[in-house]
Amino acid sequence: MRSRTTTDQATTVLDSSPYRVWDLHCHLSGVDGQTPTERMAQLIAFADRMGIERILIFMGFPFATDPSADDLRHQNDQVLEALAHWNDRVLGLAYVSPSHVEASLDEIKRCVRDGPMVGIKLWVARRCSDPTIDPIIQLTHELDGLIFQHTWLKAEGNLPGESSPEDLVTLSKRFPGTPLVCGHTGGDWERGIRIVRDHTNISIDLAGSDPTAGFVEMAVRELGAHRVLYGSDAGGRSFASQLAKVLGAELTEDDRRSILGGNLRRLLRPILMAKGRIP
Amino acid sequence: MIDTNVSLGHWPFRRLPLDDPRSLARRLRSLGIERAWAGHLDALFHRDVAAVNIRLAEVCERSGDGYFLPIGAINPTLPDWSEDLRRCHEVHRMPGIRLHPDIHGYALSDPVVAELLTAASARSLVVQIAVQMEDPRTKHPRLELTPVHLEPVISLSATMPRLRLMLLNAGRLLGLTPKRVLGSGTISIEIATMEGVGASDRLIEDLGSDRILFGTHAPLFVPESAVLKLRESTLDADALRAITQGNALRLLQS
Repeated sequence: MRSRTTTDQATTVLDSSPYRVWDLHCHLSGVDGQTPTERMAQLIAFADRMGIERILIFMGFPFATDPSADDLRHQNDQVLEALAHWNDRVLGLAYVSPSHVEASLDEIKRCVRDGPMVGIKLWVARRCSDPTIDPIIQLTHELDGLIFQHTWLKAEGNLPGESSPEDLVTLSKRFPGTPLVCGHTGGDWERGIRIVRDHTNISIDLAGSDPTAGFVEMAVRELGAHRVLYGSDAGGRSFASQLAKVLGAELTEDDRRSILGGNLRRLLRPILMAKGRIP
Repeated sequence: MIDTNVSLGHWPFRRLPLDDPRSLARRLRSLGIERAWAGHLDALFHRDVAAVNIRLAEVCERSGDGYFLPIGAINPTLPDWSEDLRRCHEVHRMPGIRLHPDIHGYALSDPVVAELLTAASARSLVVQIAVQMEDPRTKHPRLELTPVHLEPVISLSATMPRLRLMLLNAGRLLGLTPKRVLGSGTISIEIATMEGVGASDRLIEDLGSDRILFGTHAPLFVPESAVLKLRESTLDADALRAITQGNALRLLQS
């Protein structure tokens, strides 16, 4: 039986300050501000209030579900602008799309290989089970970049290009040694966790769903804490509600520390070291 | 703090870490929550709602020394629902009732809703409409939900000045600008599903601080979420007092 050192259902943890919290999943949307810099300042102010040391941002504004090559470049420029003013607090992922493979490879070289970004974000333009995506995954892996794929399992049906955790598993089988992140854990996390369970190169992202009780406990039981990553999906979601998923869960202190930042730092260590930024 | 959105009993689709009333009360107390308005999850699917309300009254009496304030369920699609309403008020001395139109399968435009709100208002009962219990995108595949449209009760409430109407879990319908939907009437909301950084600040900016109440939606949600949302915002002391206590007391006493 694992030892439970903190919350025994009678007490609770509300203070994130003992932890080095790194938030995997933030956007420049959902906060006020005309420019990326203004919006970033807003996000940082809220992150400070909630004791979050560092955040990863990706995609600009407005949201584009099937971005053109120009859209990708424009949105990555927005993120680069935000990073330029906050490079001690913020990391970025390049927004790329398997609908524009060559342009995406160019963006990875520009933003990750030659720029400050530390990986890629894949959204809903085309499902990641489609092998068209493979050169994007290959190049990002060669650069040790983080590969983040949005996934959902919507009761009313996904968008045509929206990946499910099953799609990510299909991709994982083609890249068995490549770390992948299952964004939102499929939303329907009880199914998402089971789908990715046997694929140990897949970590899950807690962000962007309601703060439903039991999510983190099931994830740790089935996957191990080392495969669970705290993220918020702020500004559309609260840092608060998403932090609560971890702070309010029945966890050991070691597990909580890993989920709130340790695992993300481990995944990012190679690329951050290569960029001379010790995590 | 007063938590206006708690449920007792078992969620039908998953065991929840705090679904024992004593554990729930202990956890809420540890968060500084001094009292909780509680419905019962059996009301979602049980047709003997009268028995559910008896159990709710009993468990509230047994657990936590008056910690839980029982909010009885009314399902107006059931025969003789008005007897359930009478018992909630006269037998169980409940201060309010809770409706679940999405799960019980009726529209708020149904004439029975006007009848129910009129009867509840005459008894000075708080009426809570649980707009959703969970994200419909993650619902059980066998569960059919009736989408909730609020316009009929917004119109009704404008004609019923004594009605004490409150929406639970309305975040997906209202966003952080509820006034756009609710107008300048008297319908109150709670914060459990209100999402976005600094959500409470933005709600107050839009709606004012006297119609917003504290609610956790525990044990379905981790109760820390609502508490931390208040920390994420920059509420002044008056607004904080109103949201966490004053508005709930006023709703009960008005």
